[in-house]
Amino acid sequence: MNRSDLEAMAQRELQRQQAFRCRILCCASTPCLSSGGAAVYDAINAAIKEGELDAEVQAVSTGCMGPCSRGPVVTVQVKGEGEFIYEHVSPEVGRQLVAYHARSATTPAEEAPEPLRTRLLPGDMPFFAKQKKIVLSNSGLIDPERLEDYVARGGYGALAYALREMTPEEVCREIINSGLRGRGGAGYPTGLKWDMVRKARGDKKYVVANGDEGDPGAYMDRTLMESDPHRVLEGMAIAGYAVGADQGYIYVRGEYPVAAKRLERAIRTAERRGLLGSRILDSNFNFRIDVRIGAGAFVCGEETALMASIMGRRGQPTPRPPYPAQSGLWGKPTLINNVETFGSIAPIILNGAEWFASIGTAKSKGTKIFALAGKVATTGLIEVPMGITLREIVYDIGGGIPNGLAFKAAQTGGPSGGCIPAQHLDTPVDYESLKALGSIMGSGGLIIMDEHSCMVDVAKFFMEFCMDESCGKCVPCRVGTVQMYRLLQRITEGSATMQDLETLKELCVMVKETSLCGLGQSAPNPVLSTIQYFLDEYEAHIRERRCPAGVCTLDKIPVTEWVHA
Amino acid sequence: MAVTTSSPPRARPQAAREHPSGDPRFTLIDRTLKRFSYQQDALIEVLHTAQEAFGFLSEDLLIYVARQLKLPLSWVYGVATFYHFFTLKPQGKHTCIVCMGTACYVKRAAEIVAVLQEAFHVEPGGTTADGLFSLSTARCLGSCGLAPVLVLDGEVLGRETPESTLERVRQLLAEHSDAASSQSGDAVHVTNGGIHEPI
Repeated sequence: MNRSDLEAMAQRELQRQQAFRCRILCCASTPCLSSGGAAVYDAINAAIKEGELDAEVQAVSTGCMGPCSRGPVVTVQVKGEGEFIYEHVSPEVGRQLVAYHARSATTPAEEAPEPLRTRLLPGDMPFFAKQKKIVLSNSGLIDPERLEDYVARGGYGALAYALREMTPEEVCREIINSGLRGRGGAGYPTGLKWDMVRKARGDKKYVVANGDEGDPGAYMDRTLMESDPHRVLEGMAIAGYAVGADQGYIYVRGEYPVAAKRLERAIRTAERRGLLGSRILDSNFNFRIDVRIGAGAFVCGEETALMASIMGRRGQPTPRPPYPAQSGLWGKPTLINNVETFGSIAPIILNGAEWFASIGTAKSKGTKIFALAGKVATTGLIEVPMGITLREIVYDIGGGIPNGLAFKAAQTGGPSGGCIPAQHLDTPVDYESLKALGSIMGSGGLIIMDEHSCMVDVAKFFMEFCMDESCGKCVPCRVGTVQMYRLLQRITEGSATMQDLETLKELCVMVKETSLCGLGQSAPNPVLSTIQYFLDEYEAHIRERRCPAGVCTLDKIPVTEWVHA
Repeated sequence: MAVTTSSPPRARPQAAREHPSGDPRFTLIDRTLKRFSYQQDALIEVLHTAQEAFGFLSEDLLIYVARQLKLPLSWVYGVATFYHFFTLKPQGKHTCIVCMGTACYVKRAAEIVAVLQEAFHVEPGGTTADGLFSLSTARCLGSCGLAPVLVLDGEVLGRETPESTLERVRQLLAEHSDAASSQSGDAVHVTNGGIHEPI
């Protein structure tokens, strides 16, 4: 296949899609499927068959549309009338959707059946209006299992352009100029990393996509891999061309079997069509991608541990330097980026670095995907421009806190991040601002907590997580997390003294500064940030032996009180 | 020429490699081994296949994989125990995985685990004495919009409460004890009742 074949394929598919008067897109990502999305899709298909509407109406099973708590979500695109998004669609409502939209041009909107009117989401809903979709631009609009759908939306056009019009050096320069930073959390400039691997000497180089999304409460990468697998593959292939690699690995978390299946299928389809494999798009560039499935270890999100896991070893990190850019997989120069980072590449090549750099803040460019969860009215997956305030995310996009309760904190960055209290709600979301608040951007988990969440308990939860997930290689992390967990446990049980709080703070600093890898270095963050902003809660637990949020049961007595009594 | 290529000279060494137990599931492992041309780097992939085929990694399996890949058994054991995904113990007939991700945690998933733990006398990661029910917890199932989430026998269930989960699991296990009692009389029913309903 060459560039003109690609364009012909896109044209054919567009013509096919435009032949339908009405397209019904049914979300088939995990959250919607677990609320009964598959039955809805079947019902809609059955209704199309019964009504003999095959030529006019098309049902498509797509990836994630965003508002997961409102699932199953169905989008109806009607030619000349626009787009309608429905929430909580049942199979019965699905049948009504087909019947109504098949003849909606002749029926005024007021006459729509009652369940359709109540389930229709307003077109100007802030949840959609405030988002800016670049990485997720295809998610929810295409069938992830069809290459044609992706190509029809400009897919593999960036790869074709890069291979024909740009040298590897120019590709790296373009990424540097775009200001794209690593979406895995640390925010290292992507272009610089690419350039480093490009300049590294070696007969063999590798490209690795990190899809080991371990943070609890984060599912951005899974959704991207499930909803638009070709986007990730295209980004990896462009990276391979830029750095001079001919082999890529995509490391998928073991808990995401659907993502792994779709990626494998996408790789096979792309190889058959000459978009991956050897002599890609009739050029001299060869690039193979293999899927590697993780086996459930949080520490494998750390790049050196991830590489150990790809090589079939225990996923234990190694000290850096040498960085993977010099010596990575099997000692060869290796480029590791997050899945979401690779998802941003194709739009940058197609639209140019200036376009990408015009979005966001001075130091953080582009958009970021967040998994909005916890105590907000609408939970789901959102993509917002960098620099948006937390208040906009929580109150406009998320629709505020349900049950009339007050916002207490937003947790970003999972077990490596921190909690941001209400007084900082107007902080712009970018790498530097979040770091200044003692949290991190992280991979994109954003969990909202209300008055009924106890911050000490949350800190304990994350410490238990880090304690379990510590790989055991370095002492500060292996022993320190256990000690910190025990101290937190004593606080939540009511048997702690103020001295314990001091010890806890000291330990936090020690573990943070002496651990080998990112897991240990960031494990104290949730504790430090909750002590910083919610010290009164810690003190209430210790001095008054009461949990202000009513979560902890403080039934033990401090040893010192026994002594004094 | 045609004669030499059509005769199967390679069949013998492959047959010799077959597991002496004759268990056909070993051929699944052999297929993965072949796909990765017996590279030691493919250890995790091979273990994935082995666990899929057998349900858990027995000592025998680990020895087999170690031999095939020419790796020390300690190395294979080290990898198998490092990753949460691999289990060295057989799983129960029914499994319940409760998500303990942050979103589920703030929506009280821990209470669901506590209720199941108390009702069926099983620790997270363990299996009931009768081998019917395994309880485990997961880091995050990535369905945070539906928190709290659990996976009961492969089915993802969202917005659960401790009561609804307990009811579901009771029903699931009741089907078993009913079937058992109808087959082998009252004695079984009594023991099963004793295990499942401790209160």
